[in-house]
Parts: sequence; C-alpha cells; structure tokens
Amino acid sequence: MNQLFQDAWPGVLAVALVSVATLAIGAYGWRFSRTTSDFFVASRSVGPGWNASAIGGEYLSAGSFLGVAGLVLAFGTEMLWYPIGWTGGYLVMLALVSAQLRRSGAYTMPDFAQARLESLVVRRFCALLVVALGGLYLIPQFKGAGLALGIVAGADPWVGEAVVGVVVLANVLLGGMRSITFVQAFQYWLKLSALLVPALVMLGVWVGDGGPSPAAVDVGGVSADAWSDPTVSGTSHGLYVTYSLIAATFLGTVGLPHVVVRFYTNPDGRAARRTTVVVLALLGLFYVLPPVYAALGRVYAPDLIASGQADSVVLALPERMVGGDLGTLLSAFTAAGAFAAFLSTSGGLTVAIAGVLSQELTRRRPAVVRDARAGVRPFQAAAVVALVVPLLLALVVEGVGVAEAVGLAFAFSASTLAPLILLGIWWRGLTDVGAVAGMAVGGLAAGIAVVDTWLGVPHDGWTEVLLSHPAAWSAPLGFATMVVVSWLTPGRIPPHVDTTMVRLHAPEALSLDRGPALH
Amino acid sequence: MRVTGPRTGAATRARRMAPSTHIDQRTALGDVYVRSLLRAQLRLGLGVVLTVVVVLGSLPLAFAALPGLSEVIVLGVPLPWVVLAFAAYPGFVLAGWFFVRRAERNEAAFTALVGPTEGEREDPR
Repeated sequence: MNQLFQDAWPGVLAVALVSVATLAIGAYGWRFSRTTSDFFVASRSVGPGWNASAIGGEYLSAGSFLGVAGLVLAFGTEMLWYPIGWTGGYLVMLALVSAQLRRSGAYTMPDFAQARLESLVVRRFCALLVVALGGLYLIPQFKGAGLALGIVAGADPWVGEAVVGVVVLANVLLGGMRSITFVQAFQYWLKLSALLVPALVMLGVWVGDGGPSPAAVDVGGVSADAWSDPTVSGTSHGLYVTYSLIAATFLGTVGLPHVVVRFYTNPDGRAARRTTVVVLALLGLFYVLPPVYAALGRVYAPDLIASGQADSVVLALPERMVGGDLGTLLSAFTAAGAFAAFLSTSGGLTVAIAGVLSQELTRRRPAVVRDARAGVRPFQAAAVVALVVPLLLALVVEGVGVAEAVGLAFAFSASTLAPLILLGIWWRGLTDVGAVAGMAVGGLAAGIAVVDTWLGVPHDGWTEVLLSHPAAWSAPLGFATMVVVSWLTPGRIPPHVDTTMVRLHAPEALSLDRGPALH
Repeated sequence: MRVTGPRTGAATRARRMAPSTHIDQRTALGDVYVRSLLRAQLRLGLGVVLTVVVVLGSLPLAFAALPGLSEVIVLGVPLPWVVLAFAAYPGFVLAGWFFVRRAERNEAAFTALVGPTEGEREDPR
C-alpha cells in the first residue's frame, strides 16, 4: 500500500492514542458491567444526550468517514446520495419505527419477530439474517481500517484490520454495551472534530487562494460538467442507480442490528422518538463535511483520483493543503477520526451480533436467567465468533470499495429485515409464514447480488447494474412476497395480535392491558 | 318502569364502559379506537417520509431535465452540490422535528379520548 504521509509516526501515534483512549474509556464502563443486562443494553440508565451521541458514533462508519469523500472526489455529485440516504434512513426510523420498537420491549430484531408473530421459527430465521447482515457490514469496516493504516503508515492492510479487531474484541469482551456506550459517545465527538477542525483550516486556505471552484476542473477522466451532475453520469443506468441507492439506504437503516439494539436503552416510546431526532441532527452535522474534503481535493489533490487512492483524500488532504507541522498534525487528527469510526461501528456491530447469537444458542432470554452472570460467558463466546469470522473474510476477499460494500449490506437489510419490521409494526395481517417467505425471497435476491459482486463475476450492461445495486428490485420483492403470502395464509395471524398492537402503539400514559412484558 | 331481559344488562354495561375497557376487552368499539390511532400515526409517518422522498427523488429528474441548473454557481460551488451536500440536512431535521410534534399531539389526543377516569373504570353498574 502506498504510504501517502511524509512521516508515518504522527499518524501511527494518533491511531495508537485513539485505541488507548477507547480502551481507557471502556474501562470506566468495565467496572460496572457485571450482569447480563449490563452487557446487553447498558441497563437502561443511559441519558438521552449520551444515547444520541452514542448512536451517532456507532452509525458513522468507515463508509461515512472515508468512503463518501473518496467517492465524491472521484465520481462527483451523484455520490452525495450515499450520505443523504444514510440520513434519510434515520428519518424513516424515526417516523415509522422508533416509538413502536421501543414499546415492543424487544432487545433485538429476533425478539421483536417472536413477540409480534408468536413463532419460534420466525425468530430463528430472523436471527440468522441478522448475523449475516452484521457480518456483511463488518467486512467493509475492517477493510477501511486496513486501508487507513496503510495510508498512514505504509502498513499492509492486514495490520490495520488486526488492530481494529483486537481493540474491539477487548472492549466488547470486558464491557459489552455499557462500555461501548461511553466509547461511542466519545467517538462521535472525536469524529466530528477530526473532520471539522481540519476542514475549517483548509477552507481558510481555500478562501485565501481566491476560492477556485472544483467544478471548473477537468480531472481524472471525469469532466467538470459530469462531476457537477447529480445523476450518475452516462446512460439511463444513472437514474436507476440513484433510485436504487435511495431505496437501499432509506429502507435498510431500520434493519441494522446495532441501531435496533440501541432503542431499548430509552425509557419509553416518547423518549425514543426524541432521541432519534437528536441523532438526525448529529448525523446532518457530520455529513456536510466529507463533501468539503472532496471538493477541495478536486482542486488541490486531483492526482489521488488517477492513482486510484481517492478514498484517502480525507487523510491526505490536510497535510497537502496546509503543509508544515500543522498540516501533519491535522492529517494525524483525521487518521484518529477514521480509526474511531472503525472502532465504534465494529464495536456496536459485534455487541449486537453477539447478543443475537448468544440468545439463540443458549435458548434463554437474558433477563430470565436466574444467575445474572450466567449469560455473560455465552455472550463473550459469541462476540469472539461474531468478530473473527468477518475479520477472516475481510482478510481474504478483495475488490469491492468500502462505500459500495456498505451499500450492499444496506440492500440486504432493505430486502429482509425492513419488510419484517415495517409490516410487523403497521399491518395487522402479517403472518409468520408470510414473514419467513418474504425474508427468504428478499434475502435470496439480495444475497445472490451480494455474492456475485463480492466474487467479482463480470457482467454486461443492465445485468451488471442490477446485480451491483439490487435494492430497487430486491426490496420490493421482499415486501411483496411478505404481503402476498400473508394474504394467502390468514389463518396464521397470531392469536394475540390485538394485544400486541396495543402494546406497540398505545402511549405509555394510558393504563391498558398490554399483555405480558417481554423482559 | 324498569325494562328487564337477558340482553338489557349487557347493553347497559357496554354503554357505560370506558373506552379503555372496550380496548382491553377487544370489543368492536375498542378495535375502532386502536385502528384510528394506528391510522393517524401511519398517515403522519408515511406522509413525512414520502414528502421527503418525493422532494429528494425529483431532484435527479429536475437536474436532468434542466441542465442549466447544474451550472448555477452558489458560493463558488455548483447548485446541485449546495442542495445535496448541505441544504438537505437541515431539511431532514425540520421534517423530523415536525413529525415528533405531530406524533406526540396524536398520542395526547388519543390519551384524552381513551384515558379512563378511576370512577368510570370501577363503576360496576
């Protein structure tokens, strides 16, 4: 991997500091993490400000931190749909899922599936998909880490991937959700500053240079006009890809395991909504920054595109533009932010996947375990599996960009878990058979596309586009299957659906019969 | 004069039941209450999401149909940029805040409509 920094040591130091800080802050949480419920959901004692920062921290992954800027630099305005979609997905979460998911009392998506559909089969199938999705999402995180450390220190990709793996595993094993919460909150603000501060300095330099427009430059095979064009330039594929991205990101967010698990940490449905709005604001605050790097990179570091290293613009640009010791410092700062991104998302994902895995394998709900500590060991074992398998895959598989890989994970979520939760919350007629059918068909469709893309099988024209951006057809397929099969099996509507609907939707202030509590 | 009969008591009891009791006992009226809440919240949620999606989704079409728009420069940067990279986010937050206010209002209205007073729930007649 080409090392872009003049000296490796500032970047390496920054990465080391972030890792140590993560472990240290996590250690503050270790002291309190002794029971299973601590591990799983931070014992519901997390305040809304912490929670919103933590969610923001977890959500902003490698794709957000490095991938977006790189894509926009290389391909232009059309790539801005990624961050818009990632934010829009949170709006969908807010408007259609947040309060109801919290009221369901579910820790995880399989919990929700079982509570709503009163079926163990649906629960198990859902758990399988959650673990698969989590793995799909983890792989690009590791890849991003390998990339970043390679740029910063000229290390081989596996080094960065291994470092992230070790730090995350240590944190998760020893502290579970609670330490992760503190860590995530810290890392949101770190990531924000790591992008904001250098950006402000660079903007100063830009203004000083007379503010040359990035749209005036023809570079890297993408003309200035094409770069400013907000649809993927070229053929009619462009509009399809844009809309498929919108579908994947807007729908996929509601199924992400590390996002779902956080809802239980709110005291009630109302708080869940309000926390989600704060997250929306925090995301927006963050996402205006990568495009700034891309635009400046177009003017000041266009060679990155030609050398295929556009993903490194966030790391390389401050050193180039500002120069001297300050520039080096600022670049090291962004390297720290990048690592924080990998650590936080990987951590959140690992906890979520481990939670689901250990619940399924021990066949117990954590709160029911008599000895509260007994649930901790299975969780830790599951965490190791949840992390190591995707790590090994990341080390072995090549050829898909970070943001693209994240997009595929979203498409998978949009085709399987999104229909489950959206229809489950709003449609009384959903049946267990319908749910499984929908998840299976959607999962198969998106899954084929994912495997095909990761294997790099060559295709022409429309086939290539449809397989690399499947959401526009696989998500509707998943939804439609779920609806149609449910219609065909009305006898399988869960017996307690009326009570469940009351539990999901009725405001907590009302004293109504909500059925037995889940946990 | 007192009318009696096997069904009279039931009708009287049903008329006197609080809405929350209707819901708990899954009467037809109770169902109506719950469905009306669901419908109101679904309309609100879908409405907010679809509005945002339509506004955003029409942008590629607008920019494709009117190529001149891509060339307008605002603050040194092309217009599509300013909209997609910057202006969209405050839009999301506003939509979100609007949603939260309305959703809470819907819930407050439902609570007022359905919420039992202690006296009504206890009344055995």
